[in-house]
Amino acid sequence: MAYSDKVIDHYENPRNVGTFEKGDQDVGTGLVGAPACGDVMKLQIKVSAEGVIEDAKFKTFGCGSAIASSSLVTEWVKGKTLEEAAAIKNTEIAQHLALPPVKIHCSVLAEDAIKAAVADYRKKKNSEAAE
Amino acid sequence: MRPSVYLDCNATMPVRPQVAVAVAEALAHPGNPSSVHRFGRLARRRTEDARERVAALVGAHPANVVFTSGGTEANNLAVRGCGRRRVLVSAVEHDSILGAHAAPEIIPVDADGVVDLEALAALLGDEGDDTLVSVMLANNETGVIQPVAAVAELTRSRGALLHCDAVQAAGKISVDLAALGADMLSLSAHKLGGAQGAGALVLADEALELVPLLRGGGQEKYRRAGTENVPGIVGFGVAAAIAADELGRTAGLSVWRDRLERRAREIAPASTIFGAARARLPNTSCLTLPGVASDVQVMSLDLAGVAVSAGSACSSGKVAPSHVLRAMGATAEQAGSAIRVSLGWGSEEGDVDRFLDAWAALARRTGRAGSAAASAA
Amino acid sequence: MSAETKKKLERPIYLDYQATTPTDPRVVQAMLPYFTEKFGNPHSRNHFYGWEAEEAVEKGREQVAALIGADPKEVIFTSGATESNNLAIKGVAYFNKARKDHVVTVATEHKCVLDSCRHLEQEGFRVTYLPVKANGLVDLDQLREAVTDKTAVVSVMAVNNEIGVIQPLAEIGAICREKGAFFHTDAAQAAGKIPLDVNAMNIDLMSISGHKLYGPKGIGALYVRRRPRVRLTALINGGGQERGMRSGTLPTPLCVGIGEACAIAAEEMGAEAERLRGLRDRLLDGVTGRLAEVYVNGDMEHRIPGNLNISFAYVEGEGLMMGIKDLAVSSGSACTSASLEPSYVLRALGVDVELAHTSLRLGLGRFTTVEEIDYAVDHIVEAVTRLREMSPLWEMVQEGIDIKSIEWAGH
Repeated sequence: MAYSDKVIDHYENPRNVGTFEKGDQDVGTGLVGAPACGDVMKLQIKVSAEGVIEDAKFKTFGCGSAIASSSLVTEWVKGKTLEEAAAIKNTEIAQHLALPPVKIHCSVLAEDAIKAAVADYRKKKNSEAAE
Repeated sequence: MRPSVYLDCNATMPVRPQVAVAVAEALAHPGNPSSVHRFGRLARRRTEDARERVAALVGAHPANVVFTSGGTEANNLAVRGCGRRRVLVSAVEHDSILGAHAAPEIIPVDADGVVDLEALAALLGDEGDDTLVSVMLANNETGVIQPVAAVAELTRSRGALLHCDAVQAAGKISVDLAALGADMLSLSAHKLGGAQGAGALVLADEALELVPLLRGGGQEKYRRAGTENVPGIVGFGVAAAIAADELGRTAGLSVWRDRLERRAREIAPASTIFGAARARLPNTSCLTLPGVASDVQVMSLDLAGVAVSAGSACSSGKVAPSHVLRAMGATAEQAGSAIRVSLGWGSEEGDVDRFLDAWAALARRTGRAGSAAASAA
Repeated sequence: MSAETKKKLERPIYLDYQATTPTDPRVVQAMLPYFTEKFGNPHSRNHFYGWEAEEAVEKGREQVAALIGADPKEVIFTSGATESNNLAIKGVAYFNKARKDHVVTVATEHKCVLDSCRHLEQEGFRVTYLPVKANGLVDLDQLREAVTDKTAVVSVMAVNNEIGVIQPLAEIGAICREKGAFFHTDAAQAAGKIPLDVNAMNIDLMSISGHKLYGPKGIGALYVRRRPRVRLTALINGGGQERGMRSGTLPTPLCVGIGEACAIAAEEMGAEAERLRGLRDRLLDGVTGRLAEVYVNGDMEHRIPGNLNISFAYVEGEGLMMGIKDLAVSSGSACTSASLEPSYVLRALGVDVELAHTSLRLGLGRFTTVEEIDYAVDHIVEAVTRLREMSPLWEMVQEGIDIKSIEWAGH
């Protein structure tokens, strides 16, 4: 299978690999996929008081397309509000990376990872507010 | 010693030099087209390039070319894989068509070996939904060309499928799948200057469902499992491209063939030339030397350095006379004294003379020469 | 690194010898004249071109037969091991349909064996798919139990294409003979790699592939025992070549090629195996010496020396392959590696599906060098280390989290 140049670039020079402190109140963590399915993505966002994503980090277990998809979304979500980030569609990711049909699920997973990270952050905020 | 004159090109066509180079080059590359690494991808690309060239030779879509190990497998795949219970085949089909079905029904042919369309219409009846008709484009022994387009009109109007064995025709005459109207077409690389071990079944419609003969990996879109014979397929592609380019030159072989037949009639006025009045491949002549057994002719020609055959290669070891000639109504005596002379890309005009000299000498020795021959030879 | 190795590196290093082998240059040399001046149809019985081709074909047949201790009359040529396997299993089943309706095979067989068996099931035959032990070998007691007087054929591969393990052929052959069932073995990965003797091992049918033993693609062979005679129904009919079992013009150059390849293998097998064992150990020691949590799949003792199948835990196999693109390797068998399913062979061994996703098949062969192995070790270690740094699973394990305790959503 021939990978697109963009996939290769993200695979070879992944952006924003790393980990934030999971417990921090301004961090949202999304962990999606399953080892049994061959891909797991962990996406973390760091959110400002104004609700803007200031930073993002990822770690991914998966094929080149999965790594590229998660690397790409860490770039995309930065500077976006939570709503804007959650509105990113897998089709945009797939199109940008020129993913072949058998790899579309990688972009779906990346979209899920964003949503999960945003949801995790909101959950933290809500429980904070409830206290 | 190897005879210098090879006139048995319908048994196997000498490999084109460009093909030999391409095959040798492909042999030096490892790579399984199913592998995802660079070696595999390169092998896949070579295979797909060849697929386009083979498709172009017969005006088909590359996606509809199913590579096989040869014409015999392609014919078996068509007949057994098409899922039709009833199979009608012409009486002059190749053994690989006749043998592919347990009980094929036979479409008779006329004295020139051309299928009887009325008989076919009667056999087909009104309902052809469960029927496959298989009629070859050109006969391997006589070169006679069948009215496949007319057969296609019949099969289409009755809902029957049509398979056409174009193994001998492709590369020798222009073949256009759409114009023929067949649903499936068989090809063989080594009959058109490629290497032995590669062939194809070409489909007119991608939607045609084939039950594979060989199961396993998903090669050839699940129609034919097994690692592709990459060098053979590459050679097939080169041979197809060259054959397409040289169709004009190949058509010109009929000039030599016709001269051969004129002189043969002078040498042996009683000689029968099968199908001479009909459309034939430009390279093929099937003729008799009355009173001299086919085998004797072939052997004595071989001693004189000229290779021809007594019928098709697969059956030339058998004693039984050709089923093709018998179906055409030839007498046992005629069928038993027939030989096939088939020219190819490497043939030269002098080859025809060498054949004629040797044949005339044999005719004289056996006392079968006509009076004209005595002076001519 | 020598200039030659550097030059070789302009192409990736080929470590996929179970997918296909390069055609040995000596084999190519033997074949070439049959593409040019010696181009006859071996079935042309009446002239020199035909005889010359026929003689070459028969020499090839003798060379194939000699490799496996068979009589040349018992060897028929096919288009490859896929066809040989289809013909052996379906051909024997169809021929014996009136008396026997059962086939025994193994869960780790090559796809073409399994698909042939599934097709037979659709046609009313019964098929027993034997499991394998954790080392990839069949349990002989289970096999003995499975074979009945209704069993037409038992098909067990000699060497597995993904994990390289060698099945106990002689023991299986003895059981089949005792029970009156024919024993077929897919020896595509075994022929030319390990000694095979159809008589000593009581093998009734054996499939061989040209391109897996440094011969050409497009040719294979099927050994069909004559005493006691194995009869089968042909899949491809026509001119009646190969004693009616396989019609079609024999491809002379390919028959010459597989014959030459068998002759070379017979000559060099022992020394080659020793050399490969050294390289294989060097590769394995190199990797395990520098990486933790690396697991070899399949038995290490009953195994051809040219195969390793390794799980690199917490690094997905396809992603790893991309990271070692200078190495041509496979993450499963060539036929299935385009799909996303983890290897059914590893699953049959009981390898966790998580771990199965992290596996690579490394195939070594005749043209593999020490320098290539050292280069491969460095590359693999580098890539696995980098990808583990990127792996959320590796991170969790380092933090002491049990990955199995997490409820994964799946998708």
